[in-house]
Amino acid sequence: MTGVERDVRRRTTPLPLIPSESKDHVVSRRQFLGTLGATGAYFALGGGVLQRVLAAHDLDDIAAGRLKIAADHQWVMIFDLRRCDACRDCIKGCQEQHHLSADDEWIKVYELIGVQGKFAMPVLCMQCESAPCVRVCPVRATYHLPNGIVVVDQNVCIGCRMCMAACPYDVRVFNWEQQDVPEQYHHESPEFQVPQKRGTVSKCTLCVHLLEQGLFPACLQACTMEAIFVGDLVEDVMSNGRETYILSQYLRQNDAFRFRSELGTRPRVYYVSGHGQDLDF
Amino acid sequence: MTAVRSLTPGLEGAALAPMGRSGRGHRVILLLLMVLTASGIGAFIYQFSTGIGVTGMNDRVFWGIYTVDLVTLIGFSYGGALVSAILRLTNASWRGPISRLAEGTALATLAVGALFPLASDGHPERVWRLVTAMQINSPIMWDMVAIVTYLIATIVLFALPVVADLGRLQDAPGIEGWRRRWFRVGAFGWTGTADQHRVLNRSLTAIALLIIPLAVMVHTVLSYAFSLTSRPGWHSTIFGPYFVIAAIYSGVALVVVVIVVFRRAYHLERWIPERAIINLGYLMAALGVLYGYLLFTEVTTEGYVGAEATEKLLYALLLDRWSVLFWAFVIGGLVAPLLIIGFRRTRTVVGVTVAASLVTGALFIKRFLMFIPPLTEPLIGGEVGSYTPSWVEIVVTVGAVAAIPLLLVGLFKVVPVLAVVEMEEISRSRGEGL
Repeated sequence: MTGVERDVRRRTTPLPLIPSESKDHVVSRRQFLGTLGATGAYFALGGGVLQRVLAAHDLDDIAAGRLKIAADHQWVMIFDLRRCDACRDCIKGCQEQHHLSADDEWIKVYELIGVQGKFAMPVLCMQCESAPCVRVCPVRATYHLPNGIVVVDQNVCIGCRMCMAACPYDVRVFNWEQQDVPEQYHHESPEFQVPQKRGTVSKCTLCVHLLEQGLFPACLQACTMEAIFVGDLVEDVMSNGRETYILSQYLRQNDAFRFRSELGTRPRVYYVSGHGQDLDF
Repeated sequence: MTAVRSLTPGLEGAALAPMGRSGRGHRVILLLLMVLTASGIGAFIYQFSTGIGVTGMNDRVFWGIYTVDLVTLIGFSYGGALVSAILRLTNASWRGPISRLAEGTALATLAVGALFPLASDGHPERVWRLVTAMQINSPIMWDMVAIVTYLIATIVLFALPVVADLGRLQDAPGIEGWRRRWFRVGAFGWTGTADQHRVLNRSLTAIALLIIPLAVMVHTVLSYAFSLTSRPGWHSTIFGPYFVIAAIYSGVALVVVVIVVFRRAYHLERWIPERAIINLGYLMAALGVLYGYLLFTEVTTEGYVGAEATEKLLYALLLDRWSVLFWAFVIGGLVAPLLIIGFRRTRTVVGVTVAASLVTGALFIKRFLMFIPPLTEPLIGGEVGSYTPSWVEIVVTVGAVAAIPLLLVGLFKVVPVLAVVEMEEISRSRGEGL
């Protein structure tokens, strides 16, 4: 356990949505993952089958618990654009958590013009179920975890940047330079890599290393507007740390939309608009 | 055999001309090329050890001039292979003296171009994973398979007639020492029997038939690295044919330049007739018209509908930030060459050479315009991106360009520059001298 993780745990409220999550549980899941990964069957799943299986869901399936799943959780993120004031605190929280340089933004906040004027639009990796980046990677360096999160193995990535070309959301970041991070913060895994390795691609992982410990992602923790929610398709629940809702109900009642879903990417990030944003931009 | 030889006196000497000692002027040029190539290799080593951050690329414009080099150089190679293959299949009698140079150009440009993924990748030392961790859904993977297959086919296309020539010329005057041993080994027992001729011709026809679809595939698949993304300006069904035609167009142009330079440098005027060069000019002009048509239809289809993102891009290309380069391409790479070849007065060896040089440079610009401007346009919002190649990228690029003539000169130090057996066969079948 590195210093970073201890740090984060200290200043974080445990996620109310999975209170039964114990440390032992986490370890056993890791072992499970490791075994799967070693067989290689895991990669096959990540590449095709898993995408198809997961894609079968719609809001009714989630509400009725009919989701076909490959893991205990299927993480999603929800942005309430009515609350976002473009303060960029989420970016700072993310950069601090992952020890990124100031230029590298895994979550970006765009200021766009909608029907009623300017509004802020945070964009991070959509964890697409049909992810163009995963499809184009020539060496399987980027892949789906069984919980739906797309990660990059920086020990495998050849740095061809085909995934950056394929991503319609412009959320992938290339590490042109080696970052200087004190030894005590180093952490080596596709789920939580510190520091980022020169010559490879980085991206948002929804802080899956925190989620799997029952903690909130760094951007959510940093958001003083409480505009960021994390949710689980399996449990059909979402929370921003203070408010908790039934995910499928909330998405339906608030006319949630997914960004550029017309591209067939099946994003796992939802937006709730409120400033008259064009729903299709 | 004697009868044939009498039809083409001096051909042996001409085919082996580049193997002689280089004159002072040649040596100065070769030395310059070597210095440039060595600098390019040095710059690449510097980049590899310092990190890819020494390039001008950034998160917005994450592919730069290396990608332009890759596509342009492999494009050149197609022209060489096509000139040789198509002219053989159509049995064009004027192919004889130019096929070796065309195939050599194909080989040299491909050998250099295929190295550029290494320069562009963040971890070139990991590319072996393309084989061990193969992910067959990836366009990059298709690129690798297509380029390697095409490279093998190009080597075979080049090597087969060389075997015959080495056998034919192994006893020629001036072939001695290591060269004599090499000619003997490389000839694989070629003695010029009717049976050997038959086998050679059949294999050449087969490989010529094969290399045309292969090259089409290579360039289509290269285009897929761009068009299989959802980016405005890249995501287009025209990209496959666009790449293929651009490749042949620029390739034929480079073949013209190479032929003219070798013809002059080694005094091959007698063997490479003006007609061959003018004919290549016609071929180039036809391809230019075709490319212009594709460009027109691309701009019209995207521009008329005016989807927000493509319209912004087209405006930047045609009228704004990139307009100087764009119109330089249209005038220098399409209009001027067509006019030069179109008018009888300018349709000379010099004219065709000027036109071909223009096309060669202009297609480099066109590739730049195809890749870089679409990347600078933000996908969601924010600032327009920018890209200026760093000195490392420029030195590597110049080095690669210099390596091509160097490779060709080196190649024709060990292999005859004219396809002697083929030329003799053509002249025999036509029953006349060259």
